[in-house]
Amino acid sequence: MQVENKTFKPTIVAFCCNWCSYAGADLAGSARLSYPAEVKIIRIPCSCRLNPMFILKAFQRGADGVILCGCHPGDCHYTTGNYYARRRMTTLFSMLNYLGIEKERTRVEWVSAAEGAKFSAVMNDFVATITALGENKKLEDLRCKK
Amino acid sequence: MQEIMKQAKLKAEELLTKGVVNRVIGWTEGDFSYDCSPATFTLDNLDKFVYTEFCGANLSKYLIEESKKEGKILVFLKPCDTYSFNQLIQEHRIKRENIYVVGIECRGKVDIDKLRAFGIDGVLGCKTEGDKLICDTIYGEKTVDKVDVMLEKCLSCKGKKHVVYDELIGEEVVEEPKDRFGMVAQLEAMTEDERYKFWQNELSKCIRCNACRNVCPACSCVHCVFDNPDSNIASKANTDRFEEKLYHIIRAWHVAGRCTDCGECSRVCPQGIPLHLINRKFIKDMNEFYGEYQAGEDTETKAPLNSYTFGDREPHEFDTKEGK
Amino acid sequence: MKKIGVFVCWCGSNIAATVDVKAVVEACKKEPNVVFAEDYQYICSEIGQNKMADAIRDYKLDGVVICSCSPRMHEATFRKTAEKAGLNPYMIEVANIREQCSWIHKDIEEGTEKAIVLARTAIAKVLLNAPLQAGESKVTKRALVIGGGIAGIQSALDIADAGFEVDIVEKKPSIGGKMSQLDKTFPTLDCSACILTPKMVDVSAHEKINIFAYSEVEAVSGFVGNFTAKIRQKARYVDTAKCTGCRACMEKCPSKKSLNEFNAGLDTRPAIYIPFAQAVPNKATIDPNACIKLKTGKCGICSKVCTAGAIDYEQKDQIIEREYGAIVVATGYNIINLDKFNELGYSDCKDVITSLEFERLTNAAGPTKGHLICPSDGREPKKIVFVQCVGSRGLRPCDKQYCSKICCMYTAKHAMLLREKHPETEVYVFYIDVRTPGKNYDEFYRRAVEQYGVHYIKGQVGKVIEKDGHLEVQASDLLADEQLHIDADLVVLAAAIEADDTARKIGTMLTASMDTNDFFTEAHAKLKPVESPTAGIFLSGMCQGPKDIPDTVAQAGAAAVKVIGLLSKDTLKCNACVASPNENMCNGCSLCATVCPYGAITYVDKEFRIPGGVQVRRVSQVNEAICQGCGACTVACMSGAMDLKGFTNKEIMAEVESICK
Repeated sequence: MQVENKTFKPTIVAFCCNWCSYAGADLAGSARLSYPAEVKIIRIPCSCRLNPMFILKAFQRGADGVILCGCHPGDCHYTTGNYYARRRMTTLFSMLNYLGIEKERTRVEWVSAAEGAKFSAVMNDFVATITALGENKKLEDLRCKK
Repeated sequence: MQEIMKQAKLKAEELLTKGVVNRVIGWTEGDFSYDCSPATFTLDNLDKFVYTEFCGANLSKYLIEESKKEGKILVFLKPCDTYSFNQLIQEHRIKRENIYVVGIECRGKVDIDKLRAFGIDGVLGCKTEGDKLICDTIYGEKTVDKVDVMLEKCLSCKGKKHVVYDELIGEEVVEEPKDRFGMVAQLEAMTEDERYKFWQNELSKCIRCNACRNVCPACSCVHCVFDNPDSNIASKANTDRFEEKLYHIIRAWHVAGRCTDCGECSRVCPQGIPLHLINRKFIKDMNEFYGEYQAGEDTETKAPLNSYTFGDREPHEFDTKEGK
Repeated sequence: MKKIGVFVCWCGSNIAATVDVKAVVEACKKEPNVVFAEDYQYICSEIGQNKMADAIRDYKLDGVVICSCSPRMHEATFRKTAEKAGLNPYMIEVANIREQCSWIHKDIEEGTEKAIVLARTAIAKVLLNAPLQAGESKVTKRALVIGGGIAGIQSALDIADAGFEVDIVEKKPSIGGKMSQLDKTFPTLDCSACILTPKMVDVSAHEKINIFAYSEVEAVSGFVGNFTAKIRQKARYVDTAKCTGCRACMEKCPSKKSLNEFNAGLDTRPAIYIPFAQAVPNKATIDPNACIKLKTGKCGICSKVCTAGAIDYEQKDQIIEREYGAIVVATGYNIINLDKFNELGYSDCKDVITSLEFERLTNAAGPTKGHLICPSDGREPKKIVFVQCVGSRGLRPCDKQYCSKICCMYTAKHAMLLREKHPETEVYVFYIDVRTPGKNYDEFYRRAVEQYGVHYIKGQVGKVIEKDGHLEVQASDLLADEQLHIDADLVVLAAAIEADDTARKIGTMLTASMDTNDFFTEAHAKLKPVESPTAGIFLSGMCQGPKDIPDTVAQAGAAAVKVIGLLSKDTLKCNACVASPNENMCNGCSLCATVCPYGAITYVDKEFRIPGGVQVRRVSQVNEAICQGCGACTVACMSGAMDLKGFTNKEIMAEVESICK
């Protein structure tokens, strides 16, 4: 019963590319631009490293929202990575929504190494959106969510 | 159909006798006439070869293993099967030089379950006459409108043109391609919750028999991720609400841009799950987002997910009805 | 069982103020496999690093997690320490509990809770980490320079002077490029030939430099340190070993009607020719499109007059294959074709010429021996109009959007030289802006205006039409706000420059990226201006964008320094976090290769044991020297055969699961 009374704190997984967005997150930190502690960042070399399986795994294990941050199109450290990521995520997110999953639960944002403020704003907004949306009942794995 | 089958058999016999090929992939009947399955033939068992209204199976996948063997193999491909063939060529999965492709006429194949639903049992054989299907049964001759008993995949046929062949048997009927995306559009028009209910209902029927995977020409990995414990997603049983969704989303994702929409997944699903509606969503999206693309139409064009343009749409820019 | 050690850094109060570091240590101690956990004020300090090294040795740790600032800050430091202590540097994971935790959260409970999750996640990953070894590849100590203009010449000389072999491939019969056609150079007005030809001689005399003139690069394969290039040496129909450059053949050749490219087509040359007096190599070439002997089989006069016996009508193209460690692209530029600029009358009026033609008309070695005349009737021009930005900075389809950069200065040079030599001529320059940044450049331009009385008019020329043997130039003067009609004898167009037409082909060969204008892109616009994003490819001169001679020479030298730096290494260390395929799972489907931006993936047919025999399958291979580790291939791969070292599927999955616990 205690658990139910607690205010809902979503679990958010943020995948950040090493060259732009992870650096943008660091900049948000050094500028002390706060965002909720629910956001946990996983560093990947490039947005094109994000395998849809990671996203689905996160949802299966109880994540309430997944966000991918990468370099702005045209600025990819590897020249073309985020272009592939953009197509992959566009089609995948459309599919998840087609299966009935709220489209707000997935997001892609382009955050450069200089956009600490944007990183913080994006995370604040994303957490607010997911909190309003509530727990991810549609995609959770019943075995693992206590 | 009798005539086409006779020609096909003669062609197989001729090529085997001449030594152009040493094996043939075709269809054979099981205990019942409607029970057609893929089989390999030599001159010794060619009498078992059939080509009937029940030969819906796509034979291209079997070439992955067969074309690696000694000698050339003859394969019969219906128009829709040739797309899968091309796709496998593009992915270097089959050896073209070891294959003799005979394109074979098709006017749509019959779904035995639909026949049964019409109360037609004890089927001994069928033939098409115009729009009608005349069934010879142990209870006598019965006639139905063919369109009512065709396989789902034939109802949304891409057209009757073979995109690749060495030789053709029968005619290539010119036919307007049918609308494949009507049902997908209907689902898109629903609310998120309605869609969720629809899929929850459909996918919860899944018994994870893997038939869809095993029949799919695009799902031909040497080692499937779902059989690989290292992938962290391998799981056999339906132990939770998400497991089957995870399976079907990932399966569709893996064939996205490679799926030729041959419809085999839905044909073989013992639970009758409309799996093609998942694959077609990807196809429809990619057509709308990145321009028309038909996997297997040729062996060169890059699939949409393996290419890009600078001005591609952003991931949040897809339109479906809000589900609030 | 793997033994993991955890360090939690206070970073003074940077972390300790909002994260209870002791609580993090205690939580980590409870994690399986963690045999050691400790906190310290500054782990990056020498004492902190010693503590870390001691723990690695004392506890025989297999992996270390450091909860501290961003890995972008100190990951390299920690890796070095680990390596010194005998632990593979890739068995280190950093949990970012400063930038991504203590600095953004104010509540100590919240901060501590998140820090523990981040620590656990790093532990989960390090448990799956595998020791990685960065591969090495050998370096071929020879450079290829594509293009023999001033950019290529300078790069080649600098590289060769450092002791490395250099091959220059030049498509024309002689090196020298555009600079050899110029008369004087700004802002010092020294003679172009006088400063260029000594360099050309140096090149030909340099024992480390090989010139492949009248040759083109046909194909390039390989990667940084290990390129192989196929060079097509076109048939000259002259044995260069025997030709003495005496030019007797040129005098006697009966086919003299070919346009002389070197003089911008203003006069003609024989079918057998040496492009200009100081050509390097100073060897004759037969133009097969003009030679009567090659076209009809009759003639053969050159062969008769050649005392050296150098003429060889049977000569064939030769393909030479050479290996290189680095490649310098110096393909240069051309001026645009002015056919689409009908309003300026270039195609119709003989007395409308380009600036390059003007250079030849004023050059003492040019078709008129430097005597400036109107090409139409040979009269001396009294009124000359220069038009700037023809095809530059425009928005029409025939225009280039960029500034061609050199035109303002060379037009000032032309105007000034004209007024000096022929003070009686009137000189007008129509411009959009006059752009003269550069040392002594603005002073130079002001001299043209103030000292030499050149009429600079801000405004564009709308039309040039031929009228009674003169050219009527219709233009607007924007400052005076009036329309002008000038009766000119000669109009000189500063045509935009564009990348050489071979650039795109060469860019594709080298997998070097180019912009929409076919200029090569630099690896970083500010910090890596002479490197292509493709490792081992360097950019010199105009191929990268419009620039003048001083800038070109500076860039050529810079590119040479980068090449020297590369060639002075015996081996190259590769990135350790590269893609690596599991061949047992590989379908050989090529999807990975289609998304690889570096062309690092190739395929081989390999035998595999299967029940009852052997099967040959096509499988992928990653060249670790080329792979940069982006991971695009890992997602394109359906079977999961392609994985990325250091960021494996399993490792990332473990991180996901740890966060979502």
